[in-house]
Amino acid sequence: MAAARTESLRDAYGQTLVEIGRSDPGVVVLDADLSGSTRTALFGKQFPDRFFNVGVMEPTMMTMAAGLALGGRTVYASTFAIFAAGQAYNAVRQSICYNHANVKIVATHGGLLVGGDGGTHQMLEDVGLMRGLPGMSVIVPADGPTTRAATRAVAEFDGPAYIRLTRENLPTVTDGTFALGRAGELRGGSDLTLIAVGALVARALEVAEELHKVGVEARVLDFASIKPFDEKALLRAARDTGAILTLEEHTVLTGLGALVASTTSETYPVPIRRLGVPDVFGESGEPWALLDRFGLSKERALEEAWELLRMRGKVQ
Amino acid sequence: MESAVGRSRIEELAGRALEVRRDVIRMTYTAGSGHPGGSLSVTDLVTALMFAELRIDPANPNWPDRDRLVLSKGHAAPALYSAMALRGFLPRDELLSLRRIGSRLQGHVDRNKLPGIEASTGCLGQGVGMAVGMALDGRLAGRSGRVYTIIGDGECQAGLTWEALMAGGHYRLDNLVVILDRNRFETDGATEDIMGIEPITDKFRAFRYETLDIDGHDLGAILAAFDHARATRGRPTAIVARTVKGKGVSFMENQFAYHGKPPTKTEAERALIELGTTL
Repeated sequence: MAAARTESLRDAYGQTLVEIGRSDPGVVVLDADLSGSTRTALFGKQFPDRFFNVGVMEPTMMTMAAGLALGGRTVYASTFAIFAAGQAYNAVRQSICYNHANVKIVATHGGLLVGGDGGTHQMLEDVGLMRGLPGMSVIVPADGPTTRAATRAVAEFDGPAYIRLTRENLPTVTDGTFALGRAGELRGGSDLTLIAVGALVARALEVAEELHKVGVEARVLDFASIKPFDEKALLRAARDTGAILTLEEHTVLTGLGALVASTTSETYPVPIRRLGVPDVFGESGEPWALLDRFGLSKERALEEAWELLRMRGKVQ
Repeated sequence: MESAVGRSRIEELAGRALEVRRDVIRMTYTAGSGHPGGSLSVTDLVTALMFAELRIDPANPNWPDRDRLVLSKGHAAPALYSAMALRGFLPRDELLSLRRIGSRLQGHVDRNKLPGIEASTGCLGQGVGMAVGMALDGRLAGRSGRVYTIIGDGECQAGLTWEALMAGGHYRLDNLVVILDRNRFETDGATEDIMGIEPITDKFRAFRYETLDIDGHDLGAILAAFDHARATRGRPTAIVARTVKGKGVSFMENQFAYHGKPPTKTEAERALIELGTTL
């Protein structure tokens, strides 16, 4: 396979914010002293009157965002995932979700790929925390095009949303036709389904390619829209392929794997393997090497895939 | 020196406040739970806001240019519900539905249930930030409406409160008024025994607030403070309102036990006699 074009999801977000700012003069953006990293600085440079860098007060960034939104504005608030979903959790819960405030939280630096900053900053629980909140939409884009589409899509409805972005540049794997509540089928197949989000979508495609070489056809679903999620696509995958492997850069306890396993167990039980970070904190390291260290390597994914195929009697 | 008109206005407000106090007792007694102490301490402030200060319209609660009140100490909900009922936002006979299943009158105020509530609150420390956001929103939109928030003194122990206060001072929000219901007690006892917040006026001044220190039960002083705030330019106003927890009911006054405990039937009857009525 030719090397895919890679892109910074944060750049894609920041550039899209500027475009949104041009078309909607009411949009306001907040950041908490990380505007260079999150790329909201691009918006701040263009629209200084509508940009508030509040400093290191993430919970108050969320309560302020709610107050700004309750008057009818669309508000974007950005910081790292550890601060957005962790430090500010109850402000997100009460001031934004309980109030049903129209705030779009775009959290960068989710997951292990934060790298060197280590376990304190590698947020592995945010998807679980955020999808547990009533009324909250949760999106984990796999690439730049999906990031652009999702940044726009959340402005189309009145209510809270959480978008989790990865720090590292990621290969472009979608055509950017993101729709809330719809899974993207990136590869057809009926032997097995790989369901992934974020950085692990590209890895799922690599695994599918390896399986294809030996005659196994795996379906690959991009579940960027984790909440609402595509229940029909999940049911079809379970029915058509009879086995599901989930891949995520998040704790397996509460993320994509937990969602897929709990849903299919009620609708169409099939063998499931959840590839994700086990019940541990991350640590410092070179970003992509950390994925291997925490069990998210291509080799490990292939082992899990073969195990599922054996369980289904599709191979010896 | 107050004019005769001023005096009659104060008398009218005092009458409303008395009604609110009676409602607080009836509501918390009927609900069998709730926060009478902090509702009674904040009653005069809420009454003055609702009847003399806030430009609001019960027939059009979402009027864009209205003034907004964020009750950050959301547990004082009974006092606000009563004042809102007297002002025409809801029928008075709905008040006794407080905390019942299906009621619009949640234990802590809920904007999605009751029109006229500007922000849902309850978990302490979040109201000032929402008020700061609203004040910024109003300034950006060029709206004339002002934003008021009432915070509790236990809430002044929360770092979140000070984050948001810092933001209000930084952005020089002269359309923002922070009112501290300084009744000196929180759930477990006196603030100064548990985690002291004094010198509180110095703290507000240090955070760049025009700071006033008043008797929170003196309606004339409350109105004068609101006038002062409206005339202040270039910075927000903080009103430290010295109040008495349980104000108006002798056996509840300065008793932290009534922070989160409703009166028994006997206590409710005694309280209402003191307030010149019956259950």
